[in-house]
Amino acid sequence: MNQPIPNSLRNLPDERGRFGDFGGRFVAETLMPLILELEAAYEAAKRDPAFQREFEYYLKHYVGRPSPLWFAERLTEKLGGAKVYFKRDELNHTGAHKINNCIGQILLAKRMGKTRIIAETGAGQHGVATATVAALFGLPCVIYMGATDIERQQPNVFRMKLLGAEVRSVTSGAATLKDSMNEALRDWVANVRDTFYIIGTAAGPHPYPAMVRDFQSVIGIEARAQMLEAEGRLPDVAIAAVGGGSNAIGLFHPFLDDAVKLIGVEAAGRGLNSGEHAASLSRGRPGVLHGNKTYLLQDADGQILEAHSISAGLDYPGIGPEHSYLHEIGRVDYVAITDDEALDAFQLCCRTEGIIPALEPSHALAHVAKIAPEMPRSQIILMNLCGRGDKDIFTVAKHLGENL
Amino acid sequence: MSRIAATFAHLKTEGRAGLIPFVEAFDPDRATSAALLAGMAARGADIIEIGMPFTDPMADGPTIQAAGRRALRAGATLAGVLDLVREFRAVNGTVPLVLMGYLNPILSYGVERFAADAAKAGVDGLIVVDLPTEEADLMLPGLRANGLDLIRLVAPTTSDERLPVVLKESSGFVYYVSITGVTGTRTASAEDLTRDIPRIRAATDLPIAVGFGVRTPEQAAIVARHADAAVVASALIDRMASGLDESGHAPHAVIEAVLDDVSALAGAMRGEKRAA
Repeated sequence: MNQPIPNSLRNLPDERGRFGDFGGRFVAETLMPLILELEAAYEAAKRDPAFQREFEYYLKHYVGRPSPLWFAERLTEKLGGAKVYFKRDELNHTGAHKINNCIGQILLAKRMGKTRIIAETGAGQHGVATATVAALFGLPCVIYMGATDIERQQPNVFRMKLLGAEVRSVTSGAATLKDSMNEALRDWVANVRDTFYIIGTAAGPHPYPAMVRDFQSVIGIEARAQMLEAEGRLPDVAIAAVGGGSNAIGLFHPFLDDAVKLIGVEAAGRGLNSGEHAASLSRGRPGVLHGNKTYLLQDADGQILEAHSISAGLDYPGIGPEHSYLHEIGRVDYVAITDDEALDAFQLCCRTEGIIPALEPSHALAHVAKIAPEMPRSQIILMNLCGRGDKDIFTVAKHLGENL
Repeated sequence: MSRIAATFAHLKTEGRAGLIPFVEAFDPDRATSAALLAGMAARGADIIEIGMPFTDPMADGPTIQAAGRRALRAGATLAGVLDLVREFRAVNGTVPLVLMGYLNPILSYGVERFAADAAKAGVDGLIVVDLPTEEADLMLPGLRANGLDLIRLVAPTTSDERLPVVLKESSGFVYYVSITGVTGTRTASAEDLTRDIPRIRAATDLPIAVGFGVRTPEQAAIVARHADAAVVASALIDRMASGLDESGHAPHAVIEAVLDDVSALAGAMRGEKRAA
């Protein structure tokens, strides 16, 4: 299909699933044959026009793509600098970008003849998206979710149940996303023959980081074309929040070879020096967890540390391996935004644009609010508004001292 | 000849399979692990496997996960594990010690430095759960340079075509993960082993140890009929965990109960002659 472009940053990973020194397949032997089978199946599907057509069909008619590109005019006026555009992935069915990837993976699961779906979830967005596609395709579905997350994301837990999924509470570790991923991997090891594991972020063993990126790249492909149509040129800056990094890599990847400045925004939690954050690139170092080599929050002995963010979707001590690579070669700048800054941006977005954003893209917006005023009015910022905030209103209310 | 090779050669002359009990280092504290290592060697362990605690043990069931948490709370580090090995080695020069764990703490320590320090402390082999053959080049040169075996895992999902790939450049022994699942959850049947072991034998001359789900003397005896060694982990940890006192320490009687289990396992296995 596509010939690799020489000197392009868009040709990775290599045949070992590496993005430079990052990525790979660090799984137990029990899973290794499954990972290899998945890789072969995905490579075949990628080259099959029928698979691509099916993927596009569901994205258009079920998810509601393409999502609009919105010129945030009042926000632009308020910030007084660069023009700000939102890629409106919060308008997707289920309210976030997560569904793009779930459609792709469940079509692959069906193609591979798998009959049972499992997934991990943090905020519950990926869990809801997975439960949704499992319902759509009539497959039984088990979602692993940390007990702590279940408590702070009750509406999503109920949504998953309504959609027919079984939500299993994970109590090991800090009972958040990292631990749910461990538990999902344990389930997969015990149910290798019939189960397909839909990983929600661009991390995990190869081919997941590449596969999730490919499915999410629809965000950047659409935004690039929409921007050319609206402005006749590419943006100066493209910006997205990064937890595991699937919405960010989906936005960035189609722009990697362009003269567009790319910025990933990590969660600084209570501050980068507080010890309570989720900024793997800003404060972590390379290691191996969940099947891939990447930047991780870890102590001096290589034990994994708990992450913290007000946003459950960013609350992960690692990051997708392609981000680690793009960080090391300097192609993408990674910055960090605190809980409080994200909360301010959340409210700003509500009041100036009439959009209640999720707490994840509120981190990206907080950085937009920092840089836009410093940029000339002739310049353009493209931000991925990757999720809506309905799920977060209880968390935000608590922080604002409101009792719902 | 390495301690591991010498042990399996000796087992062969005795016509029996070996017992490999497992100790999670520092669970619930260093002193208990030291007592278990010394006691197991005296009560019939042919090789001892030592777990290196990790925060995210993805291949382990609830028992070893809990053991790892207790160990980390007790201050377990890789340096501490090697110190435990050194203490054992000072009084026992023959029983091989195999460390089992996950890659990240080793990467953090430094692969070359860890291999050198482990060999110096008296370690004989390593099992790194999340280091499949495809990624083994990360550690093999360092381990080889220091005379350590990288013990390979083979699983029920490992196809006949894949076996030669997995076993390429392997040494020491082969660890057969006899079930698809995490540690301590299910048990392979005699029929499973009758089917599985011969196909691994066809692919290697190395001895085969069977682990994951071997709990009782009866089960160990079944393994002894088919394979060259049996690894028992979760059952021994469960025994200890159930007897911890209110402060989380292991009373002397509990350590004795674990060692009695080791004796019973060793006794049951010695009664079995190898089928092959």
